[in-house]
Amino acid sequence: MTIVIGFEGSANKIGIGIIRDGEVLSNPRRTYITPPGQGFLPSDTARHHRAVILTVLKEALEQAGLKPADIDCVAFTKGPGMGSPLVTVALVARTVAQLWGKPLLGVNHCIGHIEMGRLITQADNPTVLYVSGGNTQVIAYSERRYRIFGETIDIAVGNCLDRFARVIKISNDPSPGYNIEQMAKKGSQYVELPYTVKGMDVSFSGITSYIEEAAHKMISSGQCSAEDLCFSLQETVFSMLVEITERAMAHCGSGEVLIVGGVGCNLRLQEMMGVMCKERNAKLFATDERFCIDNGAMIAQAGWEMFRSGQVTELEDSWITQRYRTDEVEVTWRD
Amino acid sequence: MALEKSMAAIPEFLSKAELLKQGAEARVYRARFLGRPTIVKERFRKQYRHPLLDEKLTHRRTVQEVRSVLRCRRAGISVPVVYFVDYSSHSIFLEEIVGSSTVRDHIASSPPSARCEGLEPLAERVGQVLARMHDEDVIHGDLTTSNMLLRCGPEDGVSELFLIDFGLSYISALPEDKGVDLHVLEKAFLSTHPHTEALFQRLLKSYAAASKKSSAVIKKLEEVRLRGRKRSMVG
Repeated sequence: MTIVIGFEGSANKIGIGIIRDGEVLSNPRRTYITPPGQGFLPSDTARHHRAVILTVLKEALEQAGLKPADIDCVAFTKGPGMGSPLVTVALVARTVAQLWGKPLLGVNHCIGHIEMGRLITQADNPTVLYVSGGNTQVIAYSERRYRIFGETIDIAVGNCLDRFARVIKISNDPSPGYNIEQMAKKGSQYVELPYTVKGMDVSFSGITSYIEEAAHKMISSGQCSAEDLCFSLQETVFSMLVEITERAMAHCGSGEVLIVGGVGCNLRLQEMMGVMCKERNAKLFATDERFCIDNGAMIAQAGWEMFRSGQVTELEDSWITQRYRTDEVEVTWRD
Repeated sequence: MALEKSMAAIPEFLSKAELLKQGAEARVYRARFLGRPTIVKERFRKQYRHPLLDEKLTHRRTVQEVRSVLRCRRAGISVPVVYFVDYSSHSIFLEEIVGSSTVRDHIASSPPSARCEGLEPLAERVGQVLARMHDEDVIHGDLTTSNMLLRCGPEDGVSELFLIDFGLSYISALPEDKGVDLHVLEKAFLSTHPHTEALFQRLLKSYAAASKKSSAVIKKLEEVRLRGRKRSMVG
């Protein structure tokens, strides 16, 4: 029996989760929510995390009904992410690991999403679409690496949605993406937006520039409503994502798709991906907001796999990094 | 009446053809058209996307594919001949490259030890063909080793390299677009064929030697790679 606690705080969510051999014992989380029209800045986000992290840690242990002595390993997000929030969370992880006398393990955030998705959905060897505020990647496993077949060549899809939300002052509570999704349900008119797919790569910066420039004019002139824009934006960017995922599947001969990352809990994206999968007799795996959105259990789960394959991180190597690509990690726990 | 008849003719023709595979873009059939071995690419309606977006993309890609294939052919680059195009069903009838296999399968089937040295002539050939294509200002848009075919020549050893799948192609003279085109290939190449960095370098070297405008393109490629590094920001 191996019990791993995971600390995650690479962006505006702070989460601590405990995993015992594939079972999620606890997974509390807090989100730093900014006023409409504003994004989250690194130093403010770190301040938020510092203020709540010990409360969240207590909750995680209490909900799991465990004492520190029961834990076998302390996993934390090494990167990628925002510098100061990462530092804050790593500092707490390092401290408790020393207090409790447990080994440390630095985990790649993206790998955490993939391993959590695989655990929850039991997908065996899927093509992974990883979509969030900071990342947009199409990933497949081969020869001990999660290899990136396609990705954004500029900004992430979640960033594109968040920036649009800021332009027309959509609330950030619980998340801008969730509110865009709800508004899109009331939109009907399809407005043409730039559509940029390059092989298995995508680009969102053109859409962002276009919509930042045009949104207010289109809405105030009555050409379309804010809801129509939400609808059109979702239809456009999700079509791009489904298209590159399908292209990667065709290229790799894969029959499974797994969607992970915060944008992955969008039901319209899941629906479109499901239709594509049906058209080619493939299987779709997706999870809900508990596990799609950044959380501690995903770091614990990736940490669990790494720990079981014999990895630990020495204290002097327990630094964080803002840049840490998915394909830099050697996957020692899969064949 | 005549129009209706012709619109029904293609689906009927395809219903008798052999479905080879369902790619990301289209269904690919094998058939005989006017007595010739033919590949038909049918860009069927994608149910997941909005009908307006689907119609626009499908039409544009069919047109673009035909246009780029013709342009490459005129420049002497090996591509399948276009026999017939039907815009109502978005179908393209292309010459079947009989007896060919994809470069992807060719690399995958060669023993790992020979992956670099034995495949160098092929990498050089790919570099030269891409240089020719870029000198014609054709941007392929979806360069992968699955989109290149190898056909053994009449005498063994001399094989001909064909480029296929121009659905995402467009015409541009900008080094930026050519650099991104190479970047797309680099990523697909290295993720599909692990441990072939040296082989890809060989490909780039031969591209640089063969193209008149390569120095600006290679410089852009280096820029685009750096852009890529920045991508791994906030999780």
